[in-house]
Amino acid sequence: MNKPLDEAATISRAEVEDFLFREADLLDNWRLDDWLGLMTDDAAYYVPPNDKPDGDHRFTLFTIADDIVRLRERVIRLKDPNCHAEYPPSRTRRLITNVRITGVEGDTIAIAANFVVYRYRRGEPVREFVGHYRHKLRRIGGVLKIAERRATLDAHELGAMGSVSFIL
Amino acid sequence: MNDQYTGPGGRNGNGRSLPLVRESRENLSFSVNREVFVSREIFEREQRAVFDRCWVYVGHASEVRNPGDYKTRHIAGRPVIFCRDRDGQVRGLINACRHRGSIVCREREGNARNFYCMYHGWTYNTDGTLRNVPGEESYPASFDKSAMGLMGVPRFESYKDFYFANFNRDADDLETYLAGAKAYIDLVVEQSPSGRMEIISGVQEYDIKANWKLLVENSVDDYHLVATHATWLNYMRNSGVNMTPPKGSGLLLPTKGLGKDLGNGHLTTDNPNYRGRPVARWISVYGEDAKADIDAIKAELVARLGEARAARIADTNRNLAIFPNLVINDGSSVTVRNFTPVGPDLMHVTAWALGPVEETEAQRARRLHAFLTFYGPGGFATPDDVAALENAQAGYASWREVPWNDLSRGMGKNDEQTNTDEEHLRVFWRRWSELMEARA
Repeated sequence: MNKPLDEAATISRAEVEDFLFREADLLDNWRLDDWLGLMTDDAAYYVPPNDKPDGDHRFTLFTIADDIVRLRERVIRLKDPNCHAEYPPSRTRRLITNVRITGVEGDTIAIAANFVVYRYRRGEPVREFVGHYRHKLRRIGGVLKIAERRATLDAHELGAMGSVSFIL
Repeated sequence: MNDQYTGPGGRNGNGRSLPLVRESRENLSFSVNREVFVSREIFEREQRAVFDRCWVYVGHASEVRNPGDYKTRHIAGRPVIFCRDRDGQVRGLINACRHRGSIVCREREGNARNFYCMYHGWTYNTDGTLRNVPGEESYPASFDKSAMGLMGVPRFESYKDFYFANFNRDADDLETYLAGAKAYIDLVVEQSPSGRMEIISGVQEYDIKANWKLLVENSVDDYHLVATHATWLNYMRNSGVNMTPPKGSGLLLPTKGLGKDLGNGHLTTDNPNYRGRPVARWISVYGEDAKADIDAIKAELVARLGEARAARIADTNRNLAIFPNLVINDGSSVTVRNFTPVGPDLMHVTAWALGPVEETEAQRARRLHAFLTFYGPGGFATPDDVAALENAQAGYASWREVPWNDLSRGMGKNDEQTNTDEEHLRVFWRRWSELMEARA
């Protein structure tokens, strides 16, 4: 069988959905090391500020703008009982819908999806994080990985959501 | 007065007789009544006694750079338009139509030719003057259009591009009010070769379910760093930064800093730097590539200001609290943080990054990266501060049984008050108490 010249071009929405659902499952179950395994070695993770959702992290103050080094450190922090904002860890449940492939360029697949993340902490009202993902996926050795992960919130300000102390 | 809970009956069994803040220089004790964090009545009183009498932060000139630029804000509970009028003057206008009160500017920010009230269509110029009233001929002769412009905040003054409002017409001027805090603002502003700092695009706005005074304390309290920010210290260590206090020093942190009283309730920490500064102290977190660039920034400081002043700026970190609710943290980045009480147990926090207008792309990116490692709702430290404040607030539900916070750390010491002592926190509380008592 001939291998397609461009692996990315053969991806289906179903495959992207499966990937995002698996990622959501890892995050909701706090399997953070396994989740890190989904990242490329040069991955980045962004949560833009609510007032500049289309901003560039090099010129704009984001809520989160991690390169892979800081992302790995973030996971170390999240697993530490001294990460007080997430100890005991929040219970989260994320619903991911409206998944689309928005572009394929070389080995990079741009995808879009909507999300709702419900976050529960004991004795607190639920906090709802509503927004959309714009990720860049890359197939490395046949395995789909995340090269860039951008989670944008719809709310005008973080407000009652408070901190984004878990992985959004 | 007895510290112990003396039985049922509320308010420590003593009716309303407990002081809000209690200091004994003789017994070296300093306590804050936990009722000040939970009482609706004290919250309301504080709005009048503190926020209606002090200079409160509105915004920075760089946010309204061009004529017509505006931002809408809430200042001491009032809707305010912070703008630069078409003639270039920066203004603080109360965002309420003179006709029937609707806000006349509904967007967060933008550039306006005028402010249009959507209710009946009154239109105001950017300097606040009333420009157009639909059906003006139906008003009586006594209707004076020239006196019906948007009201300005009663007092509006600036220091080095930081604009403040005062709702007390008779207040001292801003510079007198700022007292010793001015010198610490200068240390921030002088980081720009032209003396022009700017608010960087992107704002962090988040709630903390805790009393606002707890964030004043937290912003300058270095005693909490080791426990609250254990994971941040760990991150710094993993990045090759030495976070260990010198052996036998008795210090909690790598360097000995100070806590200082700047007058009028303003205070600051003043710490020899150990955690890096974009202007201008390299640490390993920045990467080897950044070394030469940081050295060049330092060389510019030295050439412009001399060795001593350059070292003063580049080698110290300062968390400055301007009474009542503005904090400028000049450390691993510069953050301007303003917080507004919404109720006794809730505040809105607004935080910006500040940087020299001359910064290159690489310098700006480095500054923002450093900012996010520690600060903000997604940082490695701020979320744990929020947790600490909310945990404290939760504890205060027992204020009747456990009525006092202890802030005596460092009292009676003969040498200087350090950043991990609590003298600078006491400075805030003395001023707060003085204003609340004066009003009572």
